Amino acid sequence: MPLTSCGNQAREEDLSRTAGQVKDMAKVVRRHVIEMIGEAGSGHPGGSLSVTDILSVLYFGGVLRVDPKNPSWPERDRLVLSKGHSAPALYAVLAEKGFFDKGILPTLRKLGSPLQGHPDCRKTPGVDASTGSLGQGLSIAVGMALATRLDGRDSRVWAILGDGECEEGQVWEAAMAASHYKLGNLVAVVDHNGLQIDGPVAEVMSPEPISAKFQSFGFEVHVVDGHDVEGLLRLFTSLPRNGERPICVVADTIKGKGVGFMEGAVGWHGKAPKGEELVRALTELGKVNEQ
Amino acid sequence: MIATRDAYGEALVDLGKENQNVVVLDADLSASTKTEKFKKAFPDRFFNVGIAEANLMGIAAGLALSGKTVFASTFAVFATGRAYDQIRQSIAYTKANVKVVASHAGLTVGPDGGSHQALEDIALMRAIPGMTVLVPCDGNETKDAVEAAAAYDGPVYIRLGREPVPFVLPEGTRFEIGKGIVLSPGVTREDLLSKVSDEPLFDVAFIACGVMVKAALEASEALSREGLKCLAADFASIKPLDEELLHAIARHSKAIVTAEEHNVIGGLGSAVCESVCSLHPVPVKRVGVKDVFGQSGEAPELLRAYGLTAGDLVSAAKEALKL
Repeated sequence: MPLTSCGNQAREEDLSRTAGQVKDMAKVVRRHVIEMIGEAGSGHPGGSLSVTDILSVLYFGGVLRVDPKNPSWPERDRLVLSKGHSAPALYAVLAEKGFFDKGILPTLRKLGSPLQGHPDCRKTPGVDASTGSLGQGLSIAVGMALATRLDGRDSRVWAILGDGECEEGQVWEAAMAASHYKLGNLVAVVDHNGLQIDGPVAEVMSPEPISAKFQSFGFEVHVVDGHDVEGLLRLFTSLPRNGERPICVVADTIKGKGVGFMEGAVGWHGKAPKGEELVRALTELGKVNEQ
Repeated sequence: MIATRDAYGEALVDLGKENQNVVVLDADLSASTKTEKFKKAFPDRFFNVGIAEANLMGIAAGLALSGKTVFASTFAVFATGRAYDQIRQSIAYTKANVKVVASHAGLTVGPDGGSHQALEDIALMRAIPGMTVLVPCDGNETKDAVEAAAAYDGPVYIRLGREPVPFVLPEGTRFEIGKGIVLSPGVTREDLLSKVSDEPLFDVAFIACGVMVKAALEASEALSREGLKCLAADFASIKPLDEELLHAIARHSKAIVTAEEHNVIGGLGSAVCESVCSLHPVPVKRVGVKDVFGQSGEAPELLRAYGLTAGDLVSAAKEALKL
């Protein structure tokens, strides 16, 4: 163990305490995800569960500067969920953060609900961009980052992509532009879960090596365990707020993380658990200590 | 004479002076779309995204969602074809305040050929919910349309041409989104809306947009000389369509001829038919490109080859009167 100063020790204690809170929230979010998709009878549990820890660290770990009471606050950080099918995880996080009433979570995908199957920024407070057609979110984030710079704000823009999504050519058009414009206020996080609808990403159409690609496109790249809450916290809070170039975090994740029978299983990309499956999933996720 | 794309470039500079919030994007065609005029005047608010139209529309959406009034330009064929999904998802679905202003539309692109002649762009844009679609006919109307688009909060598609065109609208005419313009001397919009008459006032009404407005006026004059009573109207606002004026025209005319430099499927002619058939059915002949791609040639040759001249409008009117 390296010697640590008192300041560092205090920071470590702080981080450990925050990580504990984030982990508790991530549990709550996972439970919401399964309940919402179960209630809706359709949706995408796999990618929602793989991105849950990342979103929880961003929103509950004090990384994102947002104000749930003022969702359109101009100085806020933006988050574009480019892999829009993971909307249930985002909705659960936003509800727990206080952007809207948790009571509407069960209306996911139902007629008239503000919680559309894929994020709709005109309907849901806290959603910064409408996404769902893969490959478009990073471009939107680039536009937001440019606007932020034009307005002289120090807000940061986050885009969350899937690894399968990186097969879309537009992702690389956007990556090229982010680097060309030296968008140090932009962070792209790749939820690197290795699976897409038709099978393993490596078999369907490999975009690997993803981290080397972003590096060659001019990004500062970090590879991290996307379920290691302490590691994510440490990394996200240490990233420069406005550096010289855009940042890419490749977060290695497990699709379906937290529900044993969904973990690493292609079939749970876009299928709702029913009956016995739903009970098993919720039992595994366990009781949650609501604060 | 001025090409509508040139008028666009000038209008952008005027807008940029008035409004700090205006941002302009292009995809490596700024010399052709004339956004380079804005680039020269306001380099900090201009972004050339390179040959990447999908990204062009996505970045435009992101800027607009952050409060900017964004103009995104490239050729019509790339804007509406290559980046259709980005316009649908990132811009229109989001109701983002993006003005897609596309130049080099239609046959009059000329020698570049069929690959570059957008003949279905109006159809594509018109079918997107909430999209405003404008096809101005001359330089002045283009400037008005750009100004009106900037003042309106929401997605707009403006279709422009490559070739210089004469000033067609009478001086003092002001374009408004959702309003057609009656061009025949001595006839006003108010007349048409208020008049009640048992007998049709006109044998033929020409309803046109873009470069075809001039042809419509010429056809109207030619038929008048033959003793027919004609009306010509400019319907630059294809969506929203001026149904109030259109129905008044339908009520007062024996037949309608529409004219556009676009496929007869899905453009102005379709919009007119869809509307009049439900309230004031009247024979309509649609003059446009007859569901084929274009080819290389000079603009006037192409307009002749594909049946888009004043003479073609005269023939269509005579056929319509036999219906």
